[in-house]
Amino acid sequence: MKFSIMVNEAPYSHQAADTAYHFAKAVLAQGHELFRVFFYHDGVNNGTRLATPPQDDRNVVARWSALAQESDVDLVVCVAAAQRRGIADVDEARRNSKDADNLAPGFRISGLGQLIEAAIEADRLVEFGD
Amino acid sequence: MAAIKKMMYINRTAPHGTVYALEGLEVVLIGAAFEQDVSMAFMDDGVFQLLKGQDAGDTGIKNFAPTYRALGDYDVQKLYVDKVSLQERGLVLEDLQHLTYEDEDEDYAEKPSIRLVSRQELSVLMDQQDVLFNF
Repeated sequence: MKFSIMVNEAPYSHQAADTAYHFAKAVLAQGHELFRVFFYHDGVNNGTRLATPPQDDRNVVARWSALAQESDVDLVVCVAAAQRRGIADVDEARRNSKDADNLAPGFRISGLGQLIEAAIEADRLVEFGD
Repeated sequence: MAAIKKMMYINRTAPHGTVYALEGLEVVLIGAAFEQDVSMAFMDDGVFQLLKGQDAGDTGIKNFAPTYRALGDYDVQKLYVDKVSLQERGLVLEDLQHLTYEDEDEDYAEKPSIRLVSRQELSVLMDQQDVLFNF
């Protein structure tokens, strides 16, 4: 089966990001296809490489990056939601005249059309939030 | 592109207080370009999103209530409002904005987009969908 995942909450504040990650791992472990993970609302905060959680806790952002690298998962951060919350890649930072970028490896920034496409292309869109 | 899917955007939150209503509406407007079979459901505090005469001025937060009037032009024609959620909040249909769409099949006659439904009807509608978005 082909899955898409939507993550709507920030890491640490809400467990939704953790559950989404474990679900993504399970999807792949069971031999299913993961079409895309789309980060929306505060979920875009899953994509900041500046997150520095305590060493005795899980690193939510690094975990997503590792998943992208190991399993070639498409991690997409919504551009409009990201702009509101200060998440930017190199191009976005330049375009909006910012002095820094912070998008973590393995993520890319794109539009909401990617969410709709993820819903259309997948057999199941599974949403993680409150 | 796969066959047309039935997509419902479920709105459960008040227009202000959290960002879900605003960012949910943004998804609906972008999604309209994909020409799917789209509907919206308003339940719980989500029914407040459609209230007439909203004024967010003192909060300094953008009042996006007028944007709902554009939905008809985006071919978002089915807005299901949970009757019980309205009643629980002391509201009636007349408290909501008069939202309309033009029916292509009937010489572009203007028709109301909002349909009051029971929870039983809403549950049947949800069951018919391929995709449910929750905001």
